[in-house]
Amino acid sequence: MIELNKITKTFRVAKRNAGLKESVKALFRKEYEEIRALSEVSFTIGEGEMVGYIGPNGAGKSSTIKIMSGVLTPDAGQCIINGRCPWKERKAHVKEIGVVFGQRSQLWWDAPVLDSFELIRDIYSVTPETYQKNLKRLTEMLDIGEIRKTPVRQLSLGQRMRCEIAASLLHDPKILFLDEPTIGLDAVSKIAVRDFIKSINREKGTTVILTTHDMQDIEALTDRILLIGKGKILLDGSLEELKGKYSGNKLITVEYAGNLPALPENVAALKNLDGHAELMADMSKMPVSGLISLLSEAVEVKDISVTGESIDEMVVRLYKEFEI
Amino acid sequence: MKLYLKYLSMLLKSQMQYRISFLMTVVGQFLVSSSMFLGIWFMFSRFHSVDGFGFSEVLLCFSVILMAFSTAECFVRGFDRFPHLIRTGELDRLLVRPRSVIFQVLTSNVEFSRLGRFAQAVLVLCYALPSSGVIWTWDKILTLIMMLAGGILLFSALFVLYAGISFFTIEGLEFMNIFTDGGREFGSYPLSIYGEGILKFFTYVVPLALVQYYPFLYLTGRSGNALYPFLPLAAGVFIVPCYLFFRLGLKKYQSTGS
Repeated sequence: MIELNKITKTFRVAKRNAGLKESVKALFRKEYEEIRALSEVSFTIGEGEMVGYIGPNGAGKSSTIKIMSGVLTPDAGQCIINGRCPWKERKAHVKEIGVVFGQRSQLWWDAPVLDSFELIRDIYSVTPETYQKNLKRLTEMLDIGEIRKTPVRQLSLGQRMRCEIAASLLHDPKILFLDEPTIGLDAVSKIAVRDFIKSINREKGTTVILTTHDMQDIEALTDRILLIGKGKILLDGSLEELKGKYSGNKLITVEYAGNLPALPENVAALKNLDGHAELMADMSKMPVSGLISLLSEAVEVKDISVTGESIDEMVVRLYKEFEI
Repeated sequence: MKLYLKYLSMLLKSQMQYRISFLMTVVGQFLVSSSMFLGIWFMFSRFHSVDGFGFSEVLLCFSVILMAFSTAECFVRGFDRFPHLIRTGELDRLLVRPRSVIFQVLTSNVEFSRLGRFAQAVLVLCYALPSSGVIWTWDKILTLIMMLAGGILLFSALFVLYAGISFFTIEGLEFMNIFTDGGREFGSYPLSIYGEGILKFFTYVVPLALVQYYPFLYLTGRSGNALYPFLPLAAGVFIVPCYLFFRLGLKKYQSTGS
């Protein structure tokens, strides 16, 4: 239902060196630099899928979202969503999608939330029955019953984000684009937002495309990851695959008394100070049990814990591997 | 249209949230245009006529232009604040809604406090109507309405043009104020008083004279040309190229992003 084929996009950015002299020069002659935001990006997303779109800042995530939501026109390539080309049939297209830009509000700042909802209802020509039904459901699920009559400017970020998400779903979109929906939220709101996204995907079969820097979002929500870097899709696979690739490493934290023995080749000491050591071991060459017995023979172990590499660390490695 | 009214009520409600600030702005707007009025008044207390036009006649001119300007500024304010929409990324928000961009820009902001200026214009018009010496036959009333309508369209067109330019550069946009605010100031007096050059400029480049000067000649009986009352329509057509230019800018925006 979403199909991108070799989408390419180049931006022209005015280039200017620092300094007053340079800025005066720029008044008369501007130099431009071509920046390739996306080069031949292709992927397909099926109905009801939940996809995490990740990549470092400036990798091209937002540009892709903007192209898919009909805001931007690419230089080359095709994009078909629900059988339409987003930028050619903008109005018909956007009726079927919901977009949440985490850093830009779609609600009217000085008006109560409910007023915004009603105006959005009219903008999308939602029938009163559908509106009432959706409003009731969203209010319950997102727990916004008590704040519906508060002006948006008085809401906390977490409350506002829940209202934003509700606002983008009033018209029953088939696809929901979420651009950093949990940015700046506290733990409780983050979890509430995640739970909600999960249930809307499960119950309504809404396709969800999520960009984020929060790897816990990805872990909690998506089965599939698209990694973009320097305008190219570098990895398209499941979270499990990614984990399988890197979960060979475990972090072992030990509290001990005595002197640490010489460590085998496959174990690296990240930290070793005053009876506290952090060791990174490659499990395929040095099993945990072997390492523990090695330690307990040489020193008196007071406390020991074994943890896998966090998903954040995996992503950092991934970025490094692809040099982005 | 129904949706437009709903947007209006939303914006009005929003602006009423800051009641004192709103009232202060209305009063402020009223006072600012009063100072313009005083300017004219002081001038006429020294000279009895300017280029053959009397006090009441100039007031008629002043009030029509001010009324047209304040109406345009009130309802087309979204275009006037368009660079802001681009800078904050609000335009992207508008583009993901299933309504025309023009409509959404219009409804992004309506400046009700411009009513202060409008009220000033109405007051002055009420004074000028009977005292200007014009005998208000049907054709004269029609001319006046045409002047108003043409003026609103013309100023709106200038705001749309301004928005269109801001797609290409946000530097040096100030020069556009020469035509919008400048047009309002220039338009307080019949344009012929500034000399041939200015009159030509405002006839052929920015067609303000078509709204103000020529129909005004007809209104005050200085010219019998039956074509003059309809010239404001021609000025209204000015909005077409401005709109097309805006579309061009929008297309460019959609292909450059930022």
